[in-house]
Amino acid sequence: MTEIKGGRPHALTKVPFHYCPGCTHGIVHRLVAEVIDELGVEGKTVGVASVGCSVFTYNYFNCDMVQAPHGRAPAVATGIKRARPEAVVFTYQGDGDLAAIGTGETVHAATRGENIVAIFINNAIYGMTGGQMAPTTLPGQVTQTTPYGRDVKTAGNPIRVCEMLSTLDGVALAQRVTVDSVKNVKAAKKAIKKAFQYQMEGRGYSIVEVVSTCPTNWGMAPVDALQWMRDNMLPYYPLGVYKDVGEGSE
Amino acid sequence: MGEKVLMKGNEAIAEAAIAAGCRHFFGYPITPQTEVAAYMSKRMPKVDGVYLQAESEVASINMVLGAGAAGVRAMTSTSSPGVSLMSEGISYMAGSDVPALIVNVQRGGPGLGGIQPSQADYFQATRSTGHGDFHLLVFAPSTVQETVDMISDAFDLADKYRMPAMILSDGMLGQMMEPVVLPEPKDTVQDKPWAAKGHNNEREHNVINSLYIQPQTLEDLVKRRYEKYDYIKENEQRAEEYLVDDAEIVIVAYGASARVSRSAVDKARADGIKVGLIRPITLWPFPTKAIDKAAGHAKTFLSVEMSMGQMVDDVRLVVSGRAPVEFYGRTGGMIPTPKEVYEQIVRMNGGDN
Repeated sequence: MTEIKGGRPHALTKVPFHYCPGCTHGIVHRLVAEVIDELGVEGKTVGVASVGCSVFTYNYFNCDMVQAPHGRAPAVATGIKRARPEAVVFTYQGDGDLAAIGTGETVHAATRGENIVAIFINNAIYGMTGGQMAPTTLPGQVTQTTPYGRDVKTAGNPIRVCEMLSTLDGVALAQRVTVDSVKNVKAAKKAIKKAFQYQMEGRGYSIVEVVSTCPTNWGMAPVDALQWMRDNMLPYYPLGVYKDVGEGSE
Repeated sequence: MGEKVLMKGNEAIAEAAIAAGCRHFFGYPITPQTEVAAYMSKRMPKVDGVYLQAESEVASINMVLGAGAAGVRAMTSTSSPGVSLMSEGISYMAGSDVPALIVNVQRGGPGLGGIQPSQADYFQATRSTGHGDFHLLVFAPSTVQETVDMISDAFDLADKYRMPAMILSDGMLGQMMEPVVLPEPKDTVQDKPWAAKGHNNEREHNVINSLYIQPQTLEDLVKRRYEKYDYIKENEQRAEEYLVDDAEIVIVAYGASARVSRSAVDKARADGIKVGLIRPITLWPFPTKAIDKAAGHAKTFLSVEMSMGQMVDDVRLVVSGRAPVEFYGRTGGMIPTPKEVYEQIVRMNGGDN
């Protein structure tokens, strides 16, 4: 029989998540916490919470936490890492935070090769504010602020973050994952662990993009939302490794 | 005491910060403060410090926030338009009680304005350098030596009260050279048990945060912060009083315009006019005690500023109708001359001299 791991990772506090039913934040939080536990680094980890649904991560992770202004998590993380090079520093950001208001901070932290990890939740919508267009909203996708569907002629095109960042020399790992199945959850955890390990080895900036859902603001049941994600988001945002400095070495 | 050296104001800012134990500087180039960053980029590697040129002032203040939250003495330096960009981060720092130092070498505004000296950021520095209820400690030096001494005090007080501090300098003080004695180097490590630097499995996790969804919680927190501000107002006011005791005309001026005003006071005193100068050294807390005392005997006040009249509001609030408070200023990078201020004194004294 396969052993089923139960219980709460130590790196998660006992505060119950506030997330909507079917939201994948909870899974990703758990994966990050398991990685922190497995690497034994909770005592030297500093997390940076961003603005959006995941703002309360400072209540959920047991490590020291700093809450950053909207989009500024990479700059705040840079300050922490430069002040405490021995610390393990990660940001946890949504698509609005990382790829709209914080694009500049993201690109420059990445190209500097800042030794931090970005956990990037891409669910193609602004969740916290109630479902507006995100930088990653798909062409034609209906949101509160694209009520007729995203018209790329006026609202512009979505950004593929991993593809963009993979062109930068400072990036150690750029990988896109999802958490819709056991297999994919395992792959996501492996990517997150690799990102943390790269930081500890001083290899540079790592980003793990998790293609996610927002059942509430998409107006779908959780299972339907996962299927919609598979049918619509994954073709536009293909899973895979876009850059890995470790690949081929060793 | 160290030896006396001739230093440019901006370079003295940098060296004084290093002496104060600061090893983390984050900045973005802007005239007329660029020498601070250039000096830091040269010196920090020599003292195992961090100099990092950010991609914007928005990023640099947030790097300062991160480093300050992690418990080290961090700073940035900029000029007026840069402070506007930093106002978001400064508000977050105030809202999450993160100490750090921000230097504003003021230039003319609004907008891109000009690159010549100005004091038109007084409101921005003392009223609110960002959204929400908060204050910064604001220091206004008038000599290079005073700038050097203040940097050290500003770091100490920022740490003591867990709040950001600002040195409100200007392009004149930043660019001028004067002899200075640098202070003895301070420790680079301060005990900050609240910092987010890794709990080392020895304590509960620290959270540096400014979000409070429950309005009652937020009100309570802001009120506690204002109790701290009240304590600071009572205990940290600083001003220099020059020939104020018997003065009938009292000039209030800080920074570069105080230097100009002092020359005008000397010239008017030589004419027998009873004029004195109050020079605020802290702009927040505003030196209400010195001005209140003077309002007991002065017949009239004159606020001299390199702006269209900003600090004059604070002088009026303290004088509170007991005497007329007039204003004289130049703006846009223009500096009032001693002669101009002298002429104002003569006019207020009742005419010709």
